[in-house]
Amino acid sequence: MATLHLINKSPTRSDALASCLRVLAPGDALLLIEDGVYAAVADSTGSQALLGHVCHALAADIAARGLQTRLADGVRVIDEAGFVDLCVHCDRVMSWF
Amino acid sequence: MRIAIVVRSGPASSQSSRSALRFTQAVLDAGHDVHRVFFHGDGTYNANTLSVVPQDEEDLSASWAALGREHDLDLVICVASALKRGMLDASEADRYERPAASVRPEFVISGLGQLADAALDADRMVTFGG
Repeated sequence: MATLHLINKSPTRSDALASCLRVLAPGDALLLIEDGVYAAVADSTGSQALLGHVCHALAADIAARGLQTRLADGVRVIDEAGFVDLCVHCDRVMSWF
Repeated sequence: MRIAIVVRSGPASSQSSRSALRFTQAVLDAGHDVHRVFFHGDGTYNANTLSVVPQDEEDLSASWAALGREHDLDLVICVASALKRGMLDASEADRYERPAASVRPEFVISGLGQLADAALDADRMVTFGG
């Protein structure tokens, strides 16, 4: 019973990511959207917290913030169609604010 | 698959309304059903027919309405959230003796029961905003 976790806040402005990581279960998926994509920046506190987790990030939100070349290794960049696929493949979706 | 979408932010306050709109379009493009879009809290501002958006910005309220018309979507705004924000359709404006209606005709004013119904009936519920 996998859960897709959605994070839309920067890890420097909100503890949503930290709260999420405390309950993230094996097999769960994590998707960064809006300012949440700042957690995917290489060598940041956000990306260090994400080490060892499979992390997706929304391409349009990365591009809007000019972060395309600054992402940590292993971040899977997806578009809106990929977002829908993640929702379908997981059993439920949880948004963290 | 039937997917319900919850929008908790207004078009002028954060990116989340736009995120929800793009996601809703992608759900439809992928061939899934949009069970309902429920607008709650400041999300009810997405139904505002009186807002005037600068020409170089996307009019998200108009975009929601257009998507709703095109796909016959059930666009529901929470009544308690809506009334306190001045979001009234013609019958509510009449009932509360207000001088104008402010809700686009593509949106329906209803209660939290519609949110509970969506949570029970839809295969997935995805929340934006907050």
